Amino acid sequence: MALSKKETKKIADLARLKLKEEELAKFADQLSGVLDNFKMLSEVNTKNTKPTSQVTGLNNICREDKKILDWKANKDIKKNREKLLMNAPKQEDGFIKVPGVFEE
Amino acid sequence: MELNKLTIKEASEGLKKGEFTSVDLTKACLERIKEVDKKINAFLLVDGEGALKAAAESDKRRKEKKSLGQLDGIPYALKDVFCVEGMKTTAASKILEDFIPPYSATVYEKLRDAGAVLLGKVNTDEFTMGSSTENSAFGVTKNPWDLTRVSGGSSGGSAAAVAADECLFALGTDTGGSIRQPASFCSTVGLKVTYGLVSRYGVMSYASSFDTIGPLAKSTEDIAIILNTIAGYDEKDGTSVPYSSRESRGWRDESRSKELGSSRLARARSNNNLLPDYTKSLNKDIKEMKIGLPKEFFGKGIESEVRRVIEKAIEDLKKMGVKIEETSLPSTKYAIAIYYIIAKSEASSNLSRYDGIKYGMSAISKQPSANSKLDLRSVYTKTRGDGFGPEAKRSIMLGTYTLSAGYYDAYYKKASQVRTLIKEEYEELFKKFDLLISPVSPTPSFKIGEKIDDPLTMYLSDVLTVPINPAGIPAVSVPAGFTKDGLPVGLQIMGPMLGEPKILQLARSYEEINKWYKRKPNL
Repeated sequence: MALSKKETKKIADLARLKLKEEELAKFADQLSGVLDNFKMLSEVNTKNTKPTSQVTGLNNICREDKKILDWKANKDIKKNREKLLMNAPKQEDGFIKVPGVFEE
Repeated sequence: MELNKLTIKEASEGLKKGEFTSVDLTKACLERIKEVDKKINAFLLVDGEGALKAAAESDKRRKEKKSLGQLDGIPYALKDVFCVEGMKTTAASKILEDFIPPYSATVYEKLRDAGAVLLGKVNTDEFTMGSSTENSAFGVTKNPWDLTRVSGGSSGGSAAAVAADECLFALGTDTGGSIRQPASFCSTVGLKVTYGLVSRYGVMSYASSFDTIGPLAKSTEDIAIILNTIAGYDEKDGTSVPYSSRESRGWRDESRSKELGSSRLARARSNNNLLPDYTKSLNKDIKEMKIGLPKEFFGKGIESEVRRVIEKAIEDLKKMGVKIEETSLPSTKYAIAIYYIIAKSEASSNLSRYDGIKYGMSAISKQPSANSKLDLRSVYTKTRGDGFGPEAKRSIMLGTYTLSAGYYDAYYKKASQVRTLIKEEYEELFKKFDLLISPVSPTPSFKIGEKIDDPLTMYLSDVLTVPINPAGIPAVSVPAGFTKDGLPVGLQIMGPMLGEPKILQLARSYEEINKWYKRKPNL
């Protein structure tokens, strides 16, 4: 399963990863080797096997539907907001600021 | 007496008797870190001031007869993927180099509330992806038994710090062996818990359906003490298992899983988990136990010295009256493939949150003028291209590929189906056997640099630990002796879902035969 450099570039693009030329070449080679190893699964008969995505048997886990904070009365809100924003590279008026998505 | 060398059990007894204080104990650890950490590079951050303050508070509590229990005043380290509010947490990645978490992991809060003293953060492979800590952005952690070799990974910092007596215990994470393999390489005890037993809230994710959190310590008894504090239901973690003693035998039964709705969750909340006391079963007799040796775990790839050590362990156990019998887990040969497909798929999705927008490293410069040409897409691609190291990038690429349209069925779905087969094989075997044993790793610790440029070889070295995580079952690594070159070898003991009491019982009985866990490296 040899991945071409073009395919590798496409994957990097999908994953929003900017890779250098030498990284593309290296990953094309390394990933091909790993994908080759994965091929052995095709020999397993799984026609009637359900997939397992988790092992606990738990499903539809939601918290109880009740008020946990009185947003108007809570003094910690502002502090929490500041704490959360503290790591954002750019902010304005208590919001995270990002470059535009659409051209003008 | 070198206080930093004590086990939790010994230290807590000394504290209780007033032979020394938590401040003495903490100082001994801090001095040891100062003395040896430049050789092994286990710690990424040491919070001496915070630790001494916590230790003084513990001493005050003890004086006032308000001690919080066995962990009160015990110094420990956290792998640097556990968020602690206000304390830098990097996942050993450049992309989080300056990240200060706004909240703490549940397990940290549990340990803090039990009085344990946090010394600092220890090294890991970037985002826990790796088997040697060579993928850390901040340098490899060297093995205390041989400084030219790796400490294992990804919890190599945790294992090395415990083995070097820089702390009394550490927490790590295990997605495919990341606690057990470094524990084996460094001669500490390391437990991978049943999936869902310990809350993952506030711990950075690698592969969410495999990730578990567990302790690394100097004895099995200590592991049980720590587990008593960190195990239990947490409503902040949607995969946390509501676990009461009534269900301990079969919460996975079909008949019971129907009952997994809100009533059971409510009960788990109200009874605050009727978990077993893991220290209680430690000294029970193991004579009636029936142990299986899955022959796929003893195949050609096992190095002769590892084989010799494990065969000796099997003989020792037989002498204690344990019934041991060869058995088989035929799907084991597919474990590496299914593990890496699923792990990397989940990883690519988990790592998408690091995009330079909300936190972490960012291509958005602080100067507005420099941004005039930067569009949103370039912020993503540049941040991620610059911030992630090679293995994180490989994981993202591999996972993106296996999840992409046209390949999903052949890779991710197929792997999830074979995962079912592996899980069912374990379930069948545990109807016949109490526990299974094997080596932890086919080799002892390898040389730094030996495998890092060959990811497939590195992946294949996880062959004996990865089958456990897809099945969700628990397993421990317990020191089993040394190769003729003096490198540690660990024995892996695997049990059924929630089988921790039995696993620890056998580990405890075994470790007392030769007391390998008491041997210390010369540093």
